[in-house]
Amino acid sequence: MATGSIWGINGAVIHVLPEKNTGEFFISERVCIGEKQLAGEVVSLRRGASGEMAVVQVYESTSGLRPNEKVYGTGQPLSICLAPVWVGHIFDGIGRQLDKVQNGSVPGEKKWAVRLLVKEGDYVPEGGIFAEVTETQAITYRAMLPPYISGKIRAVAKNGMYTIDENLIEIEGAGAFPLKQDYPVRTSRPVRERLPLIQPLITGQRVIDSLFPIAKGGVAAMPGGFGTGKTMTQHQLTKWCDADLIVYIGCGERGNEMAQVLEEFAQLTDPRTGASMLARTILIANTSDMPVAAREASIYTGLAVAEGYCSMGYHVAVMADSTSRWAEALREISGRLQEMPAEEGYPAYLASRLAAFYQRAGYFENRNGTRGSITIIGAVSPQGADFSEPVTVNTKRFVRCFWALDRRLAYGRHFPAINWNDSYSDYVSAVLPANVIENRRRILEILTEEGRILEIAKLVGTQDLPQAQQEILHVAKIIRETFLQQNAYNAADAYTPFAKQVEMLDALSSLIAKGGAL
Amino acid sequence: MNISKPPLRHEYLNTREIRGSLVILEGVQNAAYDEIVTINGKTGRVIEISGDKVIILVFDGTQAFTLADTRTRFTGQLMKMPLSVEMLGRTFNGAGLPMDSMGALPTNEWREINGTVINPVQRVYPRFPVQTGFSAIDGMATLVRGQKLPIFSADGLPHNELAARLAVNAQTVVFAAMGVSVDTMQFFQEAFDENNARSRAVLFINLASDPPAERLITPRLALTAAEYLAFTHGHDVLVILTDMTAYVEALREISSARGEIPGRKGYPGYLYSELASLYERAGCIKGKGGSVTQIPILTMPGDDITHPIADLTGYSTEGQIVLDRQLHRQHIFPPVAVLPSLSRLMKDGIGEGKTHAVHADTANRLFAAYAKVADARALLSIIGEEDMTEEDQKILQFGERFETELIHHTAGEVRTFAQTIEVGLALLAGL
Ligand SMILES: Nc1ncnc2c1ncn2[C@@H]1O[C@H](COP(=O)(O)OP(=O)(O)OP(=O)(O)O)[C@@H](O)[C@H]1O
Ligand SMILES: [Mg+2]
Repeated sequence: MATGSIWGINGAVIHVLPEKNTGEFFISERVCIGEKQLAGEVVSLRRGASGEMAVVQVYESTSGLRPNEKVYGTGQPLSICLAPVWVGHIFDGIGRQLDKVQNGSVPGEKKWAVRLLVKEGDYVPEGGIFAEVTETQAITYRAMLPPYISGKIRAVAKNGMYTIDENLIEIEGAGAFPLKQDYPVRTSRPVRERLPLIQPLITGQRVIDSLFPIAKGGVAAMPGGFGTGKTMTQHQLTKWCDADLIVYIGCGERGNEMAQVLEEFAQLTDPRTGASMLARTILIANTSDMPVAAREASIYTGLAVAEGYCSMGYHVAVMADSTSRWAEALREISGRLQEMPAEEGYPAYLASRLAAFYQRAGYFENRNGTRGSITIIGAVSPQGADFSEPVTVNTKRFVRCFWALDRRLAYGRHFPAINWNDSYSDYVSAVLPANVIENRRRILEILTEEGRILEIAKLVGTQDLPQAQQEILHVAKIIRETFLQQNAYNAADAYTPFAKQVEMLDALSSLIAKGGAL
Repeated sequence: MNISKPPLRHEYLNTREIRGSLVILEGVQNAAYDEIVTINGKTGRVIEISGDKVIILVFDGTQAFTLADTRTRFTGQLMKMPLSVEMLGRTFNGAGLPMDSMGALPTNEWREINGTVINPVQRVYPRFPVQTGFSAIDGMATLVRGQKLPIFSADGLPHNELAARLAVNAQTVVFAAMGVSVDTMQFFQEAFDENNARSRAVLFINLASDPPAERLITPRLALTAAEYLAFTHGHDVLVILTDMTAYVEALREISSARGEIPGRKGYPGYLYSELASLYERAGCIKGKGGSVTQIPILTMPGDDITHPIADLTGYSTEGQIVLDRQLHRQHIFPPVAVLPSLSRLMKDGIGEGKTHAVHADTANRLFAAYAKVADARALLSIIGEEDMTEEDQKILQFGERFETELIHHTAGEVRTFAQTIEVGLALLAGL
């Protein structure tokens, strides 16, 4: 394995001189740094005046690190360990568990009740499922072969108690496989086929489901200035959306928000399964006081875990709050690497990284024949609430659903502060029934009309408006206050089943018709 | 934490460059990243290492340094400060040295000033209200123990008066001034003295005339002191950081001296992380009494709430109290702009047994009514009062009363939560 010694240190970035006659460092290799054995990853390799140099981003504080301390390659890319340990727990940006079970056994030693699903002589397809474990009340963990391995079973273990490392089956010519599977975080998991997106992800949030819906496997971005409700909306979706599993990535946001999810979700019951809300939630936390390099990695860690569960046949929704902090982490590292910046100091590869991120969403037929999906919902925190800044602009190119949060609505305590003029969804025709599409059209028309009339009323007051216009204002107000606004703090209002939304839309629509407004 | 290897007692003389607060040395062996150095009797920190070249940030200025005779000694230590409950009642400068005549702090307890990352699992979500006595805050954007709630102000607005009133009411205060004028420092000192609050306060003061680089450590000293008082001694500590704008300006100055690629408006790309590393040091911790509540104050350049300093603060704190020039002109004190102000932790901190049974409902109704006032006023200026609907006229009257009776406090007037809600309900009854 490659070995080297530290030459330079600049914040989260260190330069390493490789030693002769050891192995070679490679891009994305996970490395171990110094006496304190800090975790890091090789991000670039260069040959310069001072010889060959490996540039490493460090996932922990570099305070106290010295030149000449040793750096060891692990021979492995930065990876996650897929095992029945993720659901209901919280991890840092590179997948280390934060809520270590106190006084309990380490995950490596714990034994799981494993049910084998195959027998000797069976043929298992690529990425095939061969065993399962009840991970939580809501999620069954399915042990799979790696995505490119298939074959005939030579030997298989009996149902019983096993650690995640103990081999369960042996495949002819391919070796033996345990419950766990290591998978690199920066490579997307191969699938058999991408399927069209035709099923809605029902969130219970009226303005989303009925006006700007998202499909299972779709991508949405939610930009908004501070305090406009990005986190609240993502928490709402995490609680109520009809995915099987949620991966919530707190990327460079507040520690208290993660503490809140942990406290609140442990007490909430999921109406669909009767289990705790935590039983279908995985939390990845790189809070804003944690090292910035791990912020960059947290997004990939979250996606890799999501892909793991997706290939077990689950519908997974990924919440990333906030993608802007991830982009800023890229910018900071890029600055320390002295790369040439593009706009506002962001590296030129910002757009391609964003594209690659959102591309990992989809509705898939997995290589093992199961079907699953990954829906990505990214919060964007535009500097100065200015939607023309680089992260928002580039995100807009790759998402198909845009929920624009509006500071004016938020100041007026209209929540969710999703602006109906600036938001859009490309999934409307694919996921909504025809009658809903028609009602949606009418409602949006009334709201646009209202905007126009209010401009006039600002100058003349509402007193002197013609009757028909007064009527429209009246109906629009009802639409805004009873349908668009939804109070997350009110237990009865926080979630509206889709069937109920359809009824409400019908009622509003007939109100519009009665007023003769359209 | 000591850095593992013992320091070399060697003095380095090979200085290659001195620029602003930065000193660049060559031929250095074995320096550690973030290590503290003494340099011509002053204090500095290693901020970058490339081979045998080391960049040092000198906190107290490089005046009169020469290339030939600059002597640097590496201490083998990260930046630490002494801690003791006897800090209460004391005043230190922005680098942590006593400014009063009481000498060094008698203690063996030294801690690193950068703090440690708080595992979110160890946090307790804050749920208990703090009564500030001001209705605009207590009623509409309630402060919660363990919250970070900044004041967005601007030059010429009475943020210092407000901060002083908040400070003297607190059980324990840690006050950090960054780049303030002597007047401001005296104003706060007098406020503490007049209210016999001095013995409950620790002051760290970096004046406008002090070196900018020192400003980068002042808030860290204050927060380390606050964490010690809160989590070792169980105090509920209120930390006031003023003026964050001066802190950020110092950061920008040093960043540009280092030739770093700037983000928005010339501020370093890592400004968000930098601010968050301070603001995240507020909260409540499992198994420890005490709490750290932060009220950072910033003056928005050009009254612009989208300016990076205000913007990135808003993105990392738990709400904001926004002060308004218009209200100030009308002699409303505190001139809190209620609509853009927000306490994100309010919801869990109010209600029966905490503030008042109908607090949430009353606040919501007040917001809804006050949100209509601006439009009604705009209309008034166009069509005059007679042509307005009766409803609009009521809204106008409500707006006036809301500002003069609820937001405004006469000198020294303090309202309890119950009194604030009473005022609010009375105003709503007039609608
Ligand atoms: N659906 C909702 N119902 C009720 N209140 C809401 C709702 N959405 C947002 N709010 C209010 O808005 C406040 C701010 O919301 P939130 O913390 O989600 O903002 P944010 O966009 O994530 O801000 P930041 O970018 O600073 O993290 C909340 O504390 C709450 O008071
Ligand atoms: Mg948020």
